[in-house]
Amino acid sequence: MSALSNEGNEQTTTAPEGKEVKLYSAARRRRSILVNVLRVAFIVVIIGGWELGTRWVTDAHTKPKPTTLIDPFFWGQPSGIWQQLVTWVTQGTAQGPLWEQIAVTLEEAILGFVIGVVLGIIFGVVLGRNRFLADVLGPYIKALNSIPRVTLAPLFAIGLGLGSQSKVALAVVLVFFIVFFNSFQGVREVDRNLLANARILGASQRQLTTQVIIPSALTWIIASLHTSFSFALVGAVVGEYIGAIQGIGLMIQTAGANFNANGVFAAMFILAVVALLSEALITALENRLLRWRPTPVGDVTI
Amino acid sequence: MTMDSSTLTHNVSSLGTSAIELRDVTKRFLTPSGQVYTAIRDITFSIAPGEFCAVVGPTGCGKSTTLGLIAGLERPSEGSVQVMGKPVQGIDPRIGYVFQTDAVLPWRNVLRNVATGPLFRGQPKAESLKRAHEWIARVGLTGFEDRYPHQLSGGMRKRVALAQTFINEPQILLMDEPFSALDVQTRTLMEDELLYLWASLKISVVFVTHDLEEAISLADRVCVLTAGPGTVKGIYSIDLPRPRKVEEIRFDPRFVQLYQQIWEDLREEVMISYERTKQRG
Repeated sequence: MSALSNEGNEQTTTAPEGKEVKLYSAARRRRSILVNVLRVAFIVVIIGGWELGTRWVTDAHTKPKPTTLIDPFFWGQPSGIWQQLVTWVTQGTAQGPLWEQIAVTLEEAILGFVIGVVLGIIFGVVLGRNRFLADVLGPYIKALNSIPRVTLAPLFAIGLGLGSQSKVALAVVLVFFIVFFNSFQGVREVDRNLLANARILGASQRQLTTQVIIPSALTWIIASLHTSFSFALVGAVVGEYIGAIQGIGLMIQTAGANFNANGVFAAMFILAVVALLSEALITALENRLLRWRPTPVGDVTI
Repeated sequence: MTMDSSTLTHNVSSLGTSAIELRDVTKRFLTPSGQVYTAIRDITFSIAPGEFCAVVGPTGCGKSTTLGLIAGLERPSEGSVQVMGKPVQGIDPRIGYVFQTDAVLPWRNVLRNVATGPLFRGQPKAESLKRAHEWIARVGLTGFEDRYPHQLSGGMRKRVALAQTFINEPQILLMDEPFSALDVQTRTLMEDELLYLWASLKISVVFVTHDLEEAISLADRVCVLTAGPGTVKGIYSIDLPRPRKVEEIRFDPRFVQLYQQIWEDLREEVMISYERTKQRG
């Protein structure tokens, strides 16, 4: 029986191969150093160029201030943005401490994200499993999906008030459709052989759904989580922009209303950091849940 | 076409209860364009308990459809399909099915994959895992319990599929071109292992293949189907001695003789099927 049991064993590295491995890893290290140096150089050129542009006087005789290549009043200035960030961190914002604003927005986004994802998965799986129901509801879901959902923001603000509920609702609506369509498609694309095999092995309909269909659709669902979280943030921020008492969206709105371009950029920067951190969390979750997947080829370079 | 009566045994009379019995079975499908497609027509044959029967036929002759009917995945449009003397109604727990393509769950490691059947059927977890360990040892995968399917070779994944099926202790095993995706060496080894398992477990096997050599080396009987819609063209008894060594039996003079005889029958159907594909293409 075990005539072939050593099949698939990897070769171990021997002495002459060890040298080759060293050479390759040195080349790889050089490459990664180059990549990092160029990355830093890129951002230095962009931000440095911007800063220089705002200080480069093209006409010294204009009043009240000399004209520069880039007008910092309209387009902001990296040093000014930094100043704004420092002020917010040390003295707080007009609405209160900075961390409170971040916490409020993040809370709205996360709550909207979680509710939207759960609803999206439930509807996606139910409709994906039930062709009849999908045929009946299909046109309405498409119609709802075609509405630019940001336009619902004023409606939610009227109906749910200026508190966090209206922002959560907007985030839910934005997240729901992305997750719904992905899980629906994921359920539809489950390998027919996999289903037939599970049925023959003795799976009940319930086991088929929970142990075959949902794990199989998870690849699709998780892929949608990346976009969904940015949409949840958009929902929270736009909701705050329309009307709020606290939050990063309100900070942007206030800065914009006061012609404070640096303030808008600084708030954008905070949002970007929040989005990147949450993206990293979702990637970690993805790697945890999809451990069984083969590592994509060429994944080593980045 | 000439053949002596000892090799051609149409409609084997049912002595006692057959493990599987198909009587005038026809299966039609509705294609997405609304046309009726007949996959198999008036198929009649039976398989005795403990018998190894191979089914050969050209591409698209309804071999997989036939297996689907026996397994209870599909219902016949006409005729009757009986398993152990009872008409098939839904999926029968006494049947095991090994698919052509990988059907192991990619998100479960080898151990959990092999234990899938018992767990689905509500057996206690500890018991299921213990039996899974036994079966993993029997198919020679000890040490690979924690691997995921993508980390295994095609041959190893097939062993997982075999263990996954055998752990349910099927009395009837349906195999749909199970080894067609494997390289020749691995395939021969797997065929030998299959014969060994079959002989020790005394189960009935229906083995669908397009490879006549494989069919003759494994089976007690070979059933040739016509080009689609498939129907039984001839059934041949393979009187080669057992136990057989798949890699050696094909040099047996009797093997060659049988091969020539059955190939005569099969070639016509293959040509018909080939001409059709050419016309369509």
